[in-house]
Amino acid sequence: MARYFIRRALSLIPTLFIIITLSFFLIRLAPGGPFARERDVPEAILQNLLKRYHMDEPLFKQYLRYMGDVIRWDFGPSYRYRDLTVNEIIDRGLPVSMALGVTSLLLAVVGGVSVGIISALKQNRWQDYVAVAIAVIGISVPLFVMGPVLQLVFGMKLKILPIGQWISTHGLKAIILPALTLSFPYFAYIARLSRASILEVLRSDYIRTARAKGLKESVVVWKHVLKGALLPVVTYLGPAFSGIVVGSVVVESVFLVPGIGRPFVQSALNRDYTLIMAEVVVYSVILIIANLVVDLVYGLLDPRISYK
Amino acid sequence: MRKSLVALFALLAVLGLSAQEFTIVNGTEPVSLDPHAVEGVPEHRIYMALFEGLTVADPRTNRAVPGVAKSWSYSKDFKTITFNIREGVKWSDGVEITADTVVKSWLRKMDPKNAFQYADLPASYIAGAMDYLEGKAGPENVKIRAVDKYTFEVQLVGPTPFFADMTIHYAFAIVPIHAIEKYGADWVKPGKIVSNGPFVLKEWKPQEKIVVEKNPTYWDAKNVGLKKITFIANDDVNVGYNLYKTGAADWVETVPSELMDEVKLRKDFHVAPEYGTYYYIFNVTRKPLDDARVRKALAMSIDKKALVEKVTRGGQVPADSFVPPSAGYTPTKGLAYNPEQARKLLADAGFPGGKGFPTLTILYNTSSNHKRIAEFIQAQWKENLGITVNLMNQEWGTYLDTRSQSHNFDIARAGWIGDYLDPSTFLDMWVTGGTQNDGLYSNKKYDELIQKSRVTSGAERFKIMQEAENILIDQDMAVLPLYFYVTQNLINLDKWDGWYPNPLNTHPWKFVRPKK
Repeated sequence: MARYFIRRALSLIPTLFIIITLSFFLIRLAPGGPFARERDVPEAILQNLLKRYHMDEPLFKQYLRYMGDVIRWDFGPSYRYRDLTVNEIIDRGLPVSMALGVTSLLLAVVGGVSVGIISALKQNRWQDYVAVAIAVIGISVPLFVMGPVLQLVFGMKLKILPIGQWISTHGLKAIILPALTLSFPYFAYIARLSRASILEVLRSDYIRTARAKGLKESVVVWKHVLKGALLPVVTYLGPAFSGIVVGSVVVESVFLVPGIGRPFVQSALNRDYTLIMAEVVVYSVILIIANLVVDLVYGLLDPRISYK
Repeated sequence: MRKSLVALFALLAVLGLSAQEFTIVNGTEPVSLDPHAVEGVPEHRIYMALFEGLTVADPRTNRAVPGVAKSWSYSKDFKTITFNIREGVKWSDGVEITADTVVKSWLRKMDPKNAFQYADLPASYIAGAMDYLEGKAGPENVKIRAVDKYTFEVQLVGPTPFFADMTIHYAFAIVPIHAIEKYGADWVKPGKIVSNGPFVLKEWKPQEKIVVEKNPTYWDAKNVGLKKITFIANDDVNVGYNLYKTGAADWVETVPSELMDEVKLRKDFHVAPEYGTYYYIFNVTRKPLDDARVRKALAMSIDKKALVEKVTRGGQVPADSFVPPSAGYTPTKGLAYNPEQARKLLADAGFPGGKGFPTLTILYNTSSNHKRIAEFIQAQWKENLGITVNLMNQEWGTYLDTRSQSHNFDIARAGWIGDYLDPSTFLDMWVTGGTQNDGLYSNKKYDELIQKSRVTSGAERFKIMQEAENILIDQDMAVLPLYFYVTQNLINLDKWDGWYPNPLNTHPWKFVRPKK
């Protein structure tokens, strides 16, 4: 187990190396640069800017310089936000995005599994139909529609929740709408997934055995059904987490959340090379670690899986 | 009775307090708080709260009114301007601002090592400054000096009667050199920042908001009507509009064009002429656009009135001239809508009925607004000239590269908002080889006239510029003006005073106050 973990952790390094190298050269292929403006920058100033950010050096030398900095976890100055280093931008935004992401994931799992249980146990009754309907809506409505609809209902009509900005302005209720929006498709998918797998487990032999032993129905469900039925949900946590991380880019813009998702979009449009690179690295690390954690949890739940 | 009266007064006091707090949806996250490093409108609004230059914009006309300078005077030939610095004006840390501070500030802006955007604005007008910016000469070459502690003198390249107006711009900001020397690049961070404007920085949460509070040491503090301003960072027009509608913001200056019909009916929606033009650039090096008759035919076959009434619908003004009208300057007449004449011109150029005319492409940056406009023009040219054009959209950075670097386009969409109120901000850019001259237009007579306008002053100068614009538009049709921009602000003027619709959409905070 420990050896497996170490091996997986070490594989992070070549993966990241390839990601950084590819993105370094790819983003420089995009037309335009960080200093392109509607009002053209005069040649003299442009030259000064290039010199300031070492962009007058040969590309390969810039690459080596960048690699050296990244190893020391120094992402350099932002080409756009002059008062902040890229590290400062990430350091401020990451906890916000993580708070939003983790809340959304919890909502999706807890809500999804609960709805899954109810609709499996009440199969083909009205509770089941309602749950299925919600799930279909959740899976098919994109985030950028869901967000504004929730804003309209809860922010503008009912006026009970803020339509934007973060905890420092509105307190904890600021997290509700963005987290609901972000979690909804995953909540819906998890509900479907757990319903299906609970139904399957309910028909299996060991559940029949458990019932034949005369166990109480609640014990059967909580102890035997859930443990078996949760495996597919855990498998789905990896993709769900990636989806939530990626979706946060949209949700952060719609709800003015000061995370790392909004600067990601802006940095790409602004050709803010250093910020794009840092965002790519941070997102890569998050996704790789998330997948690793899911693999480990999987082993804990299913004794048939072992790591060598 | 007495109790309820007390409660009423308490309530009024609370209301009065909150009425002095103002929130604005400020647009995208500012690139910097350092006035020398900023560019763009959201930054400008924060600059006007935290800092004050020699002059401040008049809230109605946007002309210069006294700021740190209490007065100024030009020499007879308008080639020297002398500012009289207000005595006893202090930074928020108590250090006094003198003529020497202004000299050092402006030199910092133009220092080639600092590579500040917009440094060319002062450098183009101040004698000897361009050499310094380009690294060809030292700072001693720049003709600005402190005559005495409170007198600051600028020698200009040519007569510049609008120089005082220009100093409103943040490119001419005065900065606390002593604090910058102490803290380096960190000097703008909360806790360290030293400023001299009507407000001081209270809180800065990047990507979220900036909060400023009234500066008690500001020289004119008794006339500042707000206690607190919150600038919300926001990139999404719809979210901004919704924040305003829910009362979370007091002012928003961009409204979703899709909702224009709804917004237009609001009493708090204010449309006013802006000093800016929406236009198409012709790449005059490409056939058949190298023929002025073709360009004129294209220009005269667009019904601009229909464009603003049916497509843009936000109160924009059809434009036949490139320079928007302003006090003292009458723009050129331009070419009016005349499909008959347009067809004749196209036939003269060898394309009767549009036959044999190559398929040109209109380039625009991705946006539904630009797309709708391009589609309208595509249809007009089809209908009136019988020619077909393609539309091509590109993402902003790519589009800028195509338009200004590779010049690989036939016709490109563009827009220009004046940096200050003078026609030169529109006309200077079309001289041969100008950095902004993306259509690669070149006319010797035009270049001569612009050069002449730089060494002339008064009414004569405007006459020369008008002549130049006549060549650019009526004679050569190098650029195709479509409409003049309008400012579209949502702000409740029954509640707020000291805010007026104006041509540069510049609203200094020191004048904004709750209505009594």
